[in-house]
Amino acid sequence: MTTAPLSFILESAHLQQLFDALARHGYHIIGPTLGDQAIIYDEITSVDDLPVGWVDEQSGGTYRLHQTKTPIYFGCTTAVQSWKRWLHPPTEVLWRARRTDSQFEILADEQPTPRYAFIGVRPCELQAIRIQDRVFLEGEFVEARYRARREAAFIIAVNCGRAGNTCFCASMGSGPEAREGFDLALTEVLEGDRHYFVVKTGSAAGQALLAEIPHQPAGDAEIEAAAHIIADTSAHMGRELNVDGLRDLLYRNYEHPRWEAVAQRCLSCGNCTLVCPTCFCVTIEDATNLNGDEAQRVRKWDSCFTMDFSYIHGGSVRYSAKSRYRQWMTHKLATWVDQFGTFGCVGCGRCITWCPVGIDITEEARLIRAADNQTVVNKKANHDESV
Amino acid sequence: MAREHPPKLAVWKFASCDGCQLSLLDCEDELLEVAGAVEIAYFPEATRAVIRGPYDISLVEGSITTDHDAKRIQQIRKQSRFLVTIGACATAGGIQALRNFQDVDEFISTVYATPAYISALDKSTPIADHVFVDFQLRGCPINKYQLIEVISAYLNGRKPNVPTYSVCMECKQRGAVCVMVADGKPCLGPVTQAGCGALCPAYHRPCFGCYGPMETPNTASLSAWWKQLGVSDGEIVRAFRSFNAYSEAFRKESEAHERSDH
Repeated sequence: MTTAPLSFILESAHLQQLFDALARHGYHIIGPTLGDQAIIYDEITSVDDLPVGWVDEQSGGTYRLHQTKTPIYFGCTTAVQSWKRWLHPPTEVLWRARRTDSQFEILADEQPTPRYAFIGVRPCELQAIRIQDRVFLEGEFVEARYRARREAAFIIAVNCGRAGNTCFCASMGSGPEAREGFDLALTEVLEGDRHYFVVKTGSAAGQALLAEIPHQPAGDAEIEAAAHIIADTSAHMGRELNVDGLRDLLYRNYEHPRWEAVAQRCLSCGNCTLVCPTCFCVTIEDATNLNGDEAQRVRKWDSCFTMDFSYIHGGSVRYSAKSRYRQWMTHKLATWVDQFGTFGCVGCGRCITWCPVGIDITEEARLIRAADNQTVVNKKANHDESV
Repeated sequence: MAREHPPKLAVWKFASCDGCQLSLLDCEDELLEVAGAVEIAYFPEATRAVIRGPYDISLVEGSITTDHDAKRIQQIRKQSRFLVTIGACATAGGIQALRNFQDVDEFISTVYATPAYISALDKSTPIADHVFVDFQLRGCPINKYQLIEVISAYLNGRKPNVPTYSVCMECKQRGAVCVMVADGKPCLGPVTQAGCGALCPAYHRPCFGCYGPMETPNTASLSAWWKQLGVSDGEIVRAFRSFNAYSEAFRKESEAHERSDH
């Protein structure tokens, strides 16, 4: 029995042919490109739209770009917002209706499902898509629009050749190497004058697309070069989150003084939730036109940091910043596990970088662990006995 | 849905620049629809025709700055079923509330040839300090789509979709890049109420706070971060002292830094 080679080589000079093949198949290509002083995921048509030579520098509340002379295509880490923007868009009209003589008539939704090819999906982001799949597709109710977009999407992952200062995918087990959930996965290698991608196929569609562009089986040295890059990235994570017993740690620390401390800094602005690739909460707005003849229901991204989010009869349940931050972080790292079987965090670090005041989820978790309530309780018990 | 008697709409002006009323005239395509849905009963900027009250909807622009206006708003409230304040002047006292931080008599004696002719209160105050307000529409100026939304919600007996969360929510929804994180510009977006659609950040300008404090503004934390960005106490005072200087959250924050500035 012969086994098909697992890895292939795509010379960087042939990368455009990958774009051309996707376009031939009718895909809208979405990939990293230079936005307003940051890398964003947006519609692109050629390799020239990629941020060639640009490298990002991220830290708590800070993002800067630098241009280098290295002709690297995927030198930047995560973009401002994730692929959520495309699979689970910020606003969506769910239905429109028009008043008829005695009732309402629902107007047909004629929006065709966009066929996206995502190029440059980072391993942590693949994990985030997988998590949103669980939320939208694998529960009691299936989100039909998400499913249509998701099924139509072609995913080209790119393994990380560099970890950002706010990255902690190694802690969350989501990266820096893509293991599943892609059609093609690339590792970009620059060695002296040579510039190529080590390609893995993850689906029949991926194999078929690769067959349309020049490629060759990868040699041991090339496979080794790619593995070395990934191992190096893994060894240089900017942040670390100790997940050992994390769920229970948070469950027994609802009254930890750290929540109050973080609330002093938290702006409740909602940025962390909107840049988070797994946060899925939405609100529904019903609107009418002036004369009441037409109505529509719109779904919009929402955030657990707003007052309306937990508004029930009598007011907001989580009226303090402390309770809102605690809700968010505890959901990501504890209740999500009970709800969906995984953490709701993939270690992409966006909530740290794009928090306007640099609040760091890994630091908060570390400080809670450093003064774990279990220890506090024991100390108190000892103290009580000794009095 | 045709009504036998369309609701009567009145537009009132107090101390203001007229920009918010102009937003109604600015509705352009939607203006005819508005005119079809309500009877424009009192709107001197648009028409000299006056229909007597009471009025179903009163849009009130401007702040209270004179004793005469303080009495007039009481009369308007009595004639209005649903009173909506429009803009930063009416909801927070406006840019003219900068005088609330200074000695007004001193200004008057310096500026006017005959100070005795001037009759002004020593503070510019929002409408809600004087009468009950049913709904406050923020902005300097207001967003015309929010205005239509409030009128539309009133006419159809539903809640207006006017979120009180931060500008950041709209900034991220529209996909703009944060000017503070990516460029180190001091932006008021995180403490300012949404409504403009994150207009300034989308054009690489930090938020000026036109819509006033958001629902839960943590101004102290934002100022502390600005200081790390190199913003001085004096600059912080000026940032919080603009169109919404006299809103409680912005006023307290500016006063805290005024003390440190001296």
